[in-house]
Amino acid sequence: MTKLIANKVTYEVNGTSVIKNVTASLQPGELVVILGPNGAGKTSLLRVLMGLTKINSGTVELNDISCHEMLPEKRALLISYLPQSRPLIWPNRVIDIVSLGRFAYGANLSHLGPKDAAAVEDALSTCNLEKLAKRNALTLSGGELARVHFARALASKTPLLLADEPIAKLDPLHQIQVADLLRQYVDQGGGAMIVLHELSIAARIADRLIWMKNGEIFTEGRPKETLTSEMMKEIYEVDAHITEDSHGIDIRFKGTSKKIS
Amino acid sequence: MSSRKLSLLLFLSCLICLLLACAFGSTSMNFSRVLAALFWESSTADNIVIWQIRLPRALSALLVGAALGASGAALQGLLRNPLAEPGVLGVTASSSLLATFSLYYGLIISSPFLLPIYSIVGALIATGLLVVVAIRVSSVVTLILVGVGLSSFSAALMSLLLNLAPNPFSLADMINWLLGSVANRSFNDILIVSPFMLCGFVILFFSKRGLVVLTLGEEAASGIGVNLYRLRIAVILGTGLMTGASVALAGAIGFIGIVAPHIIRPLIHHDPSKSIVPSALLGGLILIIADIIIRLLPTSSELKLGVIAAIIGAPAFIWIAMKQRIAHD
Repeated sequence: MTKLIANKVTYEVNGTSVIKNVTASLQPGELVVILGPNGAGKTSLLRVLMGLTKINSGTVELNDISCHEMLPEKRALLISYLPQSRPLIWPNRVIDIVSLGRFAYGANLSHLGPKDAAAVEDALSTCNLEKLAKRNALTLSGGELARVHFARALASKTPLLLADEPIAKLDPLHQIQVADLLRQYVDQGGGAMIVLHELSIAARIADRLIWMKNGEIFTEGRPKETLTSEMMKEIYEVDAHITEDSHGIDIRFKGTSKKIS
Repeated sequence: MSSRKLSLLLFLSCLICLLLACAFGSTSMNFSRVLAALFWESSTADNIVIWQIRLPRALSALLVGAALGASGAALQGLLRNPLAEPGVLGVTASSSLLATFSLYYGLIISSPFLLPIYSIVGALIATGLLVVVAIRVSSVVTLILVGVGLSSFSAALMSLLLNLAPNPFSLADMINWLLGSVANRSFNDILIVSPFMLCGFVILFFSKRGLVVLTLGEEAASGIGVNLYRLRIAVILGTGLMTGASVALAGAIGFIGIVAPHIIRPLIHHDPSKSIVPSALLGGLILIIADIIIRLLPTSSELKLGVIAAIIGAPAFIWIAMKQRIAHD
């Protein structure tokens, strides 16, 4: 089974620790959501786990091989990565963007072989994009585009997926749609680690929450155990009222005592 | 249309235009005369006109256009910007500056290969600088502005060289160089630059696959399995070699690198990796045709190819820039 493990990782930028002594892991079958305020080091943690940045100490291993020594194309067969910014520049067709998920398999992207074509078709239909397949991606709405990027990640059929704010700037409908696609990916045997700011969505889909603050992991655990008003105060410095009923966890913000500094 | 069919079509058009270029001129020949002179006659007047004058000139136009078209397509893919082009970004200017400098100080006397080497070094300095800027700032506008600055600075140093020219003859030489032309090129000139062009093309050809992933942005591209570092080096080297070699052969000819890929892109679904070969062929085709037109125009002194390219290319650049969506930056 694929396993991604970061062990006591510290990562500094210009002498300031962005990630401090962080230990985290991900394996298929679990959906981990990273929570924390802006600047807590959530994106950096994902980039460290991808092996995209050099680290100052500690190790990041994918199936017992250092992520930093692994060839990018080998790693891309095991982990898909959805970065926060996904700027498109050319008016590409949706199907061509989704096909990029097959790059690491060495696919010829305009003449996909049967296996690659099947993976792309699968990803398109999972994300309900068949009708948009030939559309120019620059003309899509934010919600449609989020599904296109997710479909690109799905098309690579990797056991693991790291996604940085995959539902930012989406309306509630599209947030739930993409979140449920993520959940579906994990239920079908994938492992996902996602950065989210949408707490109710996190409570809805996560198996495990990682709470980060100032570059450190403050605590981690199941949503029911860690998503509490004390934690909201500790991590986000806001007063929140949290209740739970048969429909799930309900979060109501009351305010904050922290002054704008 | 698949990119292969498109390339084949363009390749055949290039061959036809090469023949046309051999046929047209101060004395026009019909095709049977051209073919006879090309393949089975020897040492006739026709043979000399075609082999010594018209064919090398047309081939130079083809090679220069191809080098600039391919460089433009590759730079646009790497920098994710449809306005990137050796001329606009100051690569051509920096290359011709170094070439003129070496001509001026007689640095090239010892070997004919030194001129292309100087122009290639000039091109590499500019492309390298641009890629450093492109890594540090994500703004497309900043990058173009740096290119414009680079171009102006090279132009300023060039003016200095012209200013210091010891006599009117060397001044005229340098100006001819700056205007860009393929007139009076010999097969020998072509042979000297072609290894550099070939190297550049091979590098671009084998690294082009990574360009398609840059469609998603650099962050996603590195996640997908592209070695961005290697890709950047390859494109710098490839475009530097090709642009430098084309400057060594024909001087500064701008805007081909922006016009050719712009026409090609919609035909191949905007895949940057697939636009390099067709853009090269179209760039070559455009320059052969432009050169034929120049030779047929009844002007008192022959127009320079670089002048015509700029007169057509600069408005095209403005048009493409105006069509850009502002939201991209």
